[in-house]
Amino acid sequence: MPDNENRPVKVEVKNLTKRFGDLLVLDDMSFNIRKGEFVCVVGPTGCGKSTFLNCLTRIHMPSAGDIYIDGVPANPRKHNISFVFQEPSALPWQTVEQNISYGLKIKKVPQDEINRRVNQILDLMGLQESRKAYPGELSVSAEQRIIIGRSFAMQPDLLLMDEPYGQMDVKMRFYLEDEVIRLWKELGSTVIFITHNIEEAVYLAEKVLILTNKPAKIKEEVYIDLPRPRDITSPEFIHYRNYITDKIKWW
Amino acid sequence: MTADKQKLEAKWSAYKETQKRENRKYLLLSAAGILTVLTLWQAVVMMGLVDSKLLPPPTVVLQTLMDKIYSTVPDGNTLGTNIIASLKVALSGFFVAIIIGVPLGLLMGWWTYADRFIRPIFELVRPVPPIAWIPLVVVWMGVGLKAKALIIFFTAFVPCVINSYTGIKLTSQVLIDVSRTFGAPNWLIFWKIGIPSSLPMVFAGIRVALGNSWSTLVAAEMLAASAGLGYMIQIGRTVARPDIVIVGMVVIGAIGAILSSILSRCEKYFLRWKVNR
Repeated sequence: MPDNENRPVKVEVKNLTKRFGDLLVLDDMSFNIRKGEFVCVVGPTGCGKSTFLNCLTRIHMPSAGDIYIDGVPANPRKHNISFVFQEPSALPWQTVEQNISYGLKIKKVPQDEINRRVNQILDLMGLQESRKAYPGELSVSAEQRIIIGRSFAMQPDLLLMDEPYGQMDVKMRFYLEDEVIRLWKELGSTVIFITHNIEEAVYLAEKVLILTNKPAKIKEEVYIDLPRPRDITSPEFIHYRNYITDKIKWW
Repeated sequence: MTADKQKLEAKWSAYKETQKRENRKYLLLSAAGILTVLTLWQAVVMMGLVDSKLLPPPTVVLQTLMDKIYSTVPDGNTLGTNIIASLKVALSGFFVAIIIGVPLGLLMGWWTYADRFIRPIFELVRPVPPIAWIPLVVVWMGVGLKAKALIIFFTAFVPCVINSYTGIKLTSQVLIDVSRTFGAPNWLIFWKIGIPSSLPMVFAGIRVALGNSWSTLVAAEMLAASAGLGYMIQIGRTVARPDIVIVGMVVIGAIGAILSSILSRCEKYFLRWKVNR
């Protein structure tokens, strides 16, 4: 059993169900995520991956069941949750540094702590030189780096990423995947990363949750026990990839 | 890295230099355009194609303009007094419209309760042409500055409300969700996301409002006035001085253009983050 089984439970999902009218999207899902764990959720397109995240952040309320963070029902006002959305979501009217401090200001973090964290993130993301620039003046990938930096700056209890690299080309994706791993290791956050890209999931995750087709249920939890940095051409890597692909194919 | 940066900066300044040269060229072209129209106008009158009593040539208009700076004939005011009187009327109506209209539109666009409460009244008042208010306004407030400013207010108010309303309705849902997951309360999201994201539309509305205010000026000054550019035009008509009428029109046009360019500067400052990628 991998070592993450020894860590305390951070997020507890109990019988989570979501209906939109007659449409059942999430069907009685239960699982745990441990502190500091990097979990990837994969599943067929349109299976309800995004709905699942939206229930976690209370953008949607679950129809039944609930999600507990540290034993308390999830609540963005109380918990420190960060979300990296699929679409670019930097505030265009704020500079890079204002964007990174945006969530910290909402949480009323003291100013000197904000300055310290913003500087740390600017260094880690290589954005120090463009800290006064507006997102629109930078490239699309730099904008995505701002958003990822903004999320990690929160030092969140829970970091949710919804196909953040869906729109990127392969080179940029590889680069940003490594960035996320680096930040995750440096800051020890708990991450739930949603993707339909199985290779990406195997490259990033400690644990992969495979969802079924709609209505989504947990089909299987797979622990990826590979050393980092991972080699996407190694036989073990390919074995994991094929295994998960098969699981998604046969529902 | 630094060498690259220096190279880039050198290239950037060279690019800006060429841009400046291009701009000068275009400025010259614009000036030539205006000059052409003036020359044609002058030629048409001098060749006797148009009666100079009906359409005075640009030279005469310029002469009248110069005279009006000091002279109070025929309307009893110098040009400066008229300009100030008109600006007072137009700008007070315009600013009050912004101060009331923009927040009202924003509130209606953000909170459904405000929308449902105010919208019906607004929709009923909106189609009434501002000029139709004149008789009532005269009965209520006479013909002073307040009355005229109120007419201007009606023309400027509607675009302020509609654009602010539409602008804030178009706020990106993702940005709202981002703030919500950070735990921001609704009023803070309104302040931090709703208002800035509506600004481009708000400014478009203010631009329309400015145009409306300035162009309704003449109508507002038909309500018995004792000074103002519209008033000056009226008097010019009664005493059959087309040159005075044209001077009034030219000054209204020029001041309109100046106000609009001041607004553009404000817009450029407030929307400096807006870059087309």
